Amino acid sequence: MSPLLFLVVALAGGVGAAARFALDSVIHSTTARRRLGTALPWGTLAINLSGSLLLGVLVGAVGAGALGDEWQWALGSGFLGGYTTFSTASFETVRMLQQRRWTAGLVNGLLQLVVATALAGAGLWLGSLL
Amino acid sequence: MAAPTSDPAAELPSDPDTDVVDVPVGPPVPGPLHLASLALVFVGGTFGTAGREALTLLIPPSGGVPWAVLAANLLGAFALGVLLEALVRRGADHGARRTLRLLLGTGFLGGFTTYSALVTDTAVLWGSGAAGLATVYSLGTLLVGALATVAGILLAAAVHRRRVDAEAAA
Repeated sequence: MSPLLFLVVALAGGVGAAARFALDSVIHSTTARRRLGTALPWGTLAINLSGSLLLGVLVGAVGAGALGDEWQWALGSGFLGGYTTFSTASFETVRMLQQRRWTAGLVNGLLQLVVATALAGAGLWLGSLL
Repeated sequence: MAAPTSDPAAELPSDPDTDVVDVPVGPPVPGPLHLASLALVFVGGTFGTAGREALTLLIPPSGGVPWAVLAANLLGAFALGVLLEALVRRGADHGARRTLRLLLGTGFLGGFTTYSALVTDTAVLWGSGAAGLATVYSLGTLLVGALATVAGILLAAAVHRRRVDAEAAA
C-alpha cells in the first residue's frame, strides 16, 4: 500500500467518524423526547446498519470488477470503518445489561449483529449486479 | 450475597457517542454541528482508522479470519470501557473530560473499531460455505467484546477506588 493511499484511508476514516458523531447527535436529540426514544440507541443502530449495507454493496461491486481495489480501501476500510463502530455498540449493550434491561440488551447485541449481517449479505448481492 | 445498594455505574452515559449525554450537571453542551467537537472526532477518527489500517497491514487475514479487525474490535471494546468509566468517575462530562471523550472515545476508538467489516466478512464467510466459522467469528467477537467492555469498566472502577482510598489515607 502506498503512503498516499494509507493517508487517504486514515483521513476518510476521520470523515466517517465525524459523520457518525453528527448523525448520532441529530438522531439522539430528535428521538430522546419520544416514546421508545431511549429504548434503544437508535443513532448507533442506524449508523451500523446503514454502514453494513453500504460496505456489502462496495465489496460486492469491487468483487464484480465494477470498482478498483483502492475504492474498497478508501471508502470501505476508511470511511465506512470510521463511520461504523463496534466499541460503542458493545458499550451500549453492556450498559443495558447492567441496568437489567435484558430484552433491550439482547436486541442491541444479537439482533443488531444478525440484521447487520443480513444487510451486508444483501449489499454483497446488490453490488455484484453492478 | 447482598444486593448492591446502588448501581456503581449509574452515571455512565447510555449513548456515549452523542453530544447530548444524560448528565445531570454542568453547562449546556453544544449542538451536533459544533465545529470544535466535529474537529476532535475527526482527528481522533483519523488516527484510530490509521491504527486499524496499520494492524491490517501487520496481521493479514488468514484462513478467512480477519485477525486485525478482530484484535482492533476486542482491544477497542476494552479500552472504551476503561475510558468512559474513568472519565465518569472523575466528574461530569464537560471541559477536559468531554474533550477526551470526543477525541479518544468517539473519535479514536470509534474509528479504530468497526462494525461494517465485522458483518461483511461474516456474510462473505457464510456465502463461501463456511457458516460455522462465520458464526464463531461473529458471535465470538460479540461475546468476547462485551466481556472486554465489562473488564475495562471493572478495571477503571478498581483503579479509581484505589486512588480514592490512597487519598483518604494520606
